[in-house]
Amino acid sequence: MSRIGKIARRSFLIGSAAVIGGVAFGYYKYRRPHDNPLLSGLGEGEAALTPYVLINAQGITLIAPRADMGQGSRAVQAVLIAEELDVGLDQIKVDPGPPAKAYYNTALANEAVPIPSTDHGTLASAMRGTVDAAMKFMGMQLTGGSTTVPDGFEKLRVAGAVARETLKAAAAELAGASTIGMTTRAGKVILPDGRAFTYQELAPVAATIDPVTDVTLRDSSEWRLIGKPMQRLDIVAKSTGTQAYGIDFEPDGVVHAALRVNPRKGGGVLSFDASAAEAMRGVSHVIPVTGGVGVVADNTWRAFMAVDAVEIDWGPAPYPAAQKDHWQALSNAFDGDRDSRQRNDGDVTTLADPITAEYRAPYLAHAPMEPVNATVLVTQTRADVWTGNQIPRMTQASVARMTGLPADDVHVHIQMMGGSFGHRLEDEVVKRATELAMELKGTPVKLTYKREEDTAQDFTRPIAMARLSGAVADGTVTGMDIRVAAPSVMDSQMAERQGLGIPGPDSTIVQALWDQPYAIPNYRVTGYRAPRLGPVSSWRSVGASQNAFFHEGFLNELIHSAGADPIEERLRLMTDTPSRKVIEAVAEMASWGGELAPDKGRGVAFCLSFGTPVAEVIEVTNTNSGIRLDKVWVAAEVGRVIDPVNFENQVQGGVIWGLGHAINSEITYADGMVEQENFFDFEGLRLHQAPEIAVRGLENGAHVHGIGEPPVPPAAPALAAAIFDATGTRLREMPFARNIAFA
Amino acid sequence: MKLTVNGVNHEVDVEEDMPLLWVLRDELGYKGVKYGCGVAACGSCTVHVDGVAVRSCQTFVGDVEGAEVTTIEGLGQPDALHAVQAAWISHQVAQCGYCQSGQIMQAASLLAGTPAPTDAEIDEAMAGNLCRCGTYPRIRAAIHTAAKSLQEG
Repeated sequence: MSRIGKIARRSFLIGSAAVIGGVAFGYYKYRRPHDNPLLSGLGEGEAALTPYVLINAQGITLIAPRADMGQGSRAVQAVLIAEELDVGLDQIKVDPGPPAKAYYNTALANEAVPIPSTDHGTLASAMRGTVDAAMKFMGMQLTGGSTTVPDGFEKLRVAGAVARETLKAAAAELAGASTIGMTTRAGKVILPDGRAFTYQELAPVAATIDPVTDVTLRDSSEWRLIGKPMQRLDIVAKSTGTQAYGIDFEPDGVVHAALRVNPRKGGGVLSFDASAAEAMRGVSHVIPVTGGVGVVADNTWRAFMAVDAVEIDWGPAPYPAAQKDHWQALSNAFDGDRDSRQRNDGDVTTLADPITAEYRAPYLAHAPMEPVNATVLVTQTRADVWTGNQIPRMTQASVARMTGLPADDVHVHIQMMGGSFGHRLEDEVVKRATELAMELKGTPVKLTYKREEDTAQDFTRPIAMARLSGAVADGTVTGMDIRVAAPSVMDSQMAERQGLGIPGPDSTIVQALWDQPYAIPNYRVTGYRAPRLGPVSSWRSVGASQNAFFHEGFLNELIHSAGADPIEERLRLMTDTPSRKVIEAVAEMASWGGELAPDKGRGVAFCLSFGTPVAEVIEVTNTNSGIRLDKVWVAAEVGRVIDPVNFENQVQGGVIWGLGHAINSEITYADGMVEQENFFDFEGLRLHQAPEIAVRGLENGAHVHGIGEPPVPPAAPALAAAIFDATGTRLREMPFARNIAFA
Repeated sequence: MKLTVNGVNHEVDVEEDMPLLWVLRDELGYKGVKYGCGVAACGSCTVHVDGVAVRSCQTFVGDVEGAEVTTIEGLGQPDALHAVQAAWISHQVAQCGYCQSGQIMQAASLLAGTPAPTDAEIDEAMAGNLCRCGTYPRIRAAIHTAAKSLQEG
């Protein structure tokens, strides 16, 4: 059990008061160089007190409240604190901490407002501040939207600096000296006379004094850690099989559960017969759960076998049974009212000789390598949940609601995750495990989804369809009208399943379409919300994952019609300087413009998503056995690269994620059920298809942005353009392997 | 039934058709072996049986009685790394890391039989090991590094 998890949440919110013989340091509001007028309107008393540093007899623990799904967020958060705290990464432990309002995610506001991420003007900042205040009020402790670094870049360094200066003040009190001339290094405060106190020695004194909140962050020239190649804190464990994930957690007395929920997602159970399952070795209980049946046994495999032996008569799906009817619903949505029109430049209604096209993107599963799982223990007085997810506060609320326990008595212990890609923004597995645990009070119940169940029950990326028209004149692109229809992720994920309905248009339907920094004279983006279909959720890069394919795929078609060069025309249209620089960088990296062998092709695409502009060039060869991916060049602008090693790994992984699904993957429905079952029919990319990927991180922008998602969107359109260049085949529908062979 | 795992003898009372994966994880506590698909489609559960990489999710425990089973824990430990693990660390291959036990066991098996594999040989040997995080460029580089370090002794 997490050591921090044992500490009452209330103790944390006290801030600098003693915590089990130690001290917890918070983040205090301090004077910012550019005060946001709306934020300051909140009043001084409302400044967030967000504790990140715990020092006690056991050592120094840094709290990294953003979940680690494999993107390295724990290490990055620890580095930001440690930079100012002056501790070595070998001197600390990192803990995800308990669910708490204090850990709300500020940076999420940036994606929620209808203002381009490149706009840092007064009005834009004010609007973000308003939404931020709402996020703070709701205590949205959520990991997503590539926000961990933007959210923590300042806040975590301040937390480190406050702790450091307070420890100096404690040393001054202990030594009867002034803090002037004191330095800090490797977990010690060093006095001018050479005497040194360890942070642990100082903690009891620090706990009794007012924290020093007037701190100045160090100049980047003084950084020891940020920007330097680092070894991830979990790399040895993850290379030796010693990293424990949620699926490895087993408290004493644990029982193992499996379930089957109606594959017609949201449908009911008409009847079931568990007599065969009940007679199987090791099976102790068969328990009905919402929409399905759970089996409890003494071993995971026995639970899997037994649950498959339950005969269940499923009710119908609450959405169209056949895939073609899902597409028809999108097609019909274009005839209904629009959901949003956030861009309308010039006049697209009078384009001369319009060029038109229709693009499609399929449903996709998240399918992280670790199937979803949760261990839940319910007693009369409290509930404990051990699971890996990105929404600990919502999970706490769900379990409190189900058990009738006060939220303070629901303890969520976030575990390391074997991937997520947005999958663990949902907590159905916890709800089902809680139903089982409520029937077996006092016994910890570990629920593991079979891979087939994980695939069948995934809340997928939405299908989406774009109808586009455009125009060219005098060798340039002069018009682009983009209409896109999709079911609403925000409605399905937040309103339907978490009861957090957000009024107004769903910005994810037109994400990375309306805010692209191109000055096309006639340029319009309209979103249409399809009715609820198969349940949908956030999938790595969310709306940008399909919309960049539509936008950049069609822009490449128009540029080709204009007879222009796709790099030069993008540079001509580009209005944002950091975005221009990523295109220039990728062109230089790839030596764009040289002669290619006749069987080779190259394509380029760009996307600004989550505030991060990324440009990618892909080179392919048209071989006898199909298209072979040779090389990808990527340039991405994030303002500041925290760890160049993890940065490169995230970019390469994002490109492979984008390519693998664009080429190979789709989820389809028949008879109301997902047709794909496992990794043999939903796999993404394998090593033999993975190209060489060259990465460059740029730091020209004034603002820090994330890198987990932004490399995904340009991959599919860049590949489509490369294939067109090599073969003359224009791909307007994913997955591409439906229409062209790959080596 | 008798089972030898990482040189340690175990006695287990399970069905002969229980997959080795679940005997290792749930009965004996070797948690480094991972469940990903259950149908030999992802390679996360890869272990060595008499030195050869197999998918433990598709290996009946009854079929390995008397054989030497090696898991990631037996290949090397944090303070006594196998060359493949050392290469995985120096290249910082892992992201989520969940598939990497299987990747490492597969790579170690490849290098035991093919000390200096070409890219094509790596492609073929590693085709059954899925990584959804997309760490493939680093996996390839780490295998070449491990090959070199094993050859240099």
